[in-house]
Amino acid sequence: MARKQNEKIVSLEEFQEKIDRDEKIEPKDSMPEAYRKTLIRQIGQHAHSEVVGMLPEGNWITRAPTLRRKLSLLAKVQDEAGHGLYLYCAAETLGKSRMEMNQELLSGKAKYSSIFNYPTPTWADIGAIGWLVDGAAIMNQIPLCRCSYGPYARAMIRICKEESFHQRQGYEIMLTLAKGTKAQKEMAQRALNRWWWPSVMMFGPSDADSPNTENSVKWKIKRYTNDELRQKFVDAIVPQAEKIGLTVPDKDLKWDKKRNNGQGGYAYGEINWDEFWRVVRGDGPMNNERISAKQKAWNEGSWVRAAAHAHALKKQTALQAAE
Amino acid sequence: MVSEEKETILWEVFIQPKNGLSHRHCGSIHAPDREMAILSARNVYSRRGEGQSIWVVRSIDIVSSDPDEKEETFSSDDKIYRHPTFYDVPDDVGHM
Repeated sequence: MARKQNEKIVSLEEFQEKIDRDEKIEPKDSMPEAYRKTLIRQIGQHAHSEVVGMLPEGNWITRAPTLRRKLSLLAKVQDEAGHGLYLYCAAETLGKSRMEMNQELLSGKAKYSSIFNYPTPTWADIGAIGWLVDGAAIMNQIPLCRCSYGPYARAMIRICKEESFHQRQGYEIMLTLAKGTKAQKEMAQRALNRWWWPSVMMFGPSDADSPNTENSVKWKIKRYTNDELRQKFVDAIVPQAEKIGLTVPDKDLKWDKKRNNGQGGYAYGEINWDEFWRVVRGDGPMNNERISAKQKAWNEGSWVRAAAHAHALKKQTALQAAE
Repeated sequence: MVSEEKETILWEVFIQPKNGLSHRHCGSIHAPDREMAILSARNVYSRRGEGQSIWVVRSIDIVSSDPDEKEETFSSDDKIYRHPTFYDVPDDVGHM
């Protein structure tokens, strides 16, 4: 709560023993600097992703095809804002200020999930985002509910509870389009084609190329590796696509009974890692638009923040005068 | 532009789900004053009827014990006679 951090140096062994006993780490507990840094980076990126994630969808609120869809989308986007705030609040307990995080997002220094650097040209993209992007996010987030850092784990529990409606609303949009006219079904298929590979990439680089994974797993920040989560995602989504008559755009996709320790799973094609790194480095289709939109919102909201502060000050002064 | 702005006050948020239960800590919020803190806390932490009462308190006003003094502050291992299992009563006396 109080943000003053504990300066006592904890030995790595002692800390690891605590983690191994499945004890949670709380804000004022001693922790290795690397653990703190890893969490600040991860929670910050996660928060930024929720916030930037509002942009591709917010674009469609005024264009939703029915009032029902509009209400759902509004509620979903409002949830993303809330999720961003839960996460910023968790990151703040580690000693990084909200303003600093915000500045890093606005300056382009901070990373957020590359998935939001892809455009949403049709209504079906909103369906695909809910179904695939939120689906992948949930896959990532459920194990984080057991993360060793208390405030992050608690934020994730709230988020996961709220997020399950997001995926269902997206799948419902896809299902409705897939059952509709030929043109609507084609629109759904094209959106699936656009979002499939970026969604598969959302789990991050392959385990062999993921330098942060080892420590994160050891410290129980991460419970599964990127490739393990990716496999779960593919296994879950392929049957859902078949069910509504859409085709996952991967010609190498096939059932492989050796996967998942012999329980079977889907083998999938080669991921285009060049594209992944290109978008991470800032050269995706929408990177500039997203950051510009955030800067514009921040600058245009400046008078609101100034007015709120002035109002608070005025009331405080009046209160003091009355005393 | 960005750097000129100062941080808003940080508030801890507590929600009471319904009468009969305690207010429970659920997170924090930034707001310039208490009214705005309550409003934001409601928008952020109660979008699905999670509560019927909200408390907000400035984070800096919370005084906390030192986590490195857990042993000294909370140990009661030496006072096992404070627990019911310390006392021997016959089994056939039933639940007591």
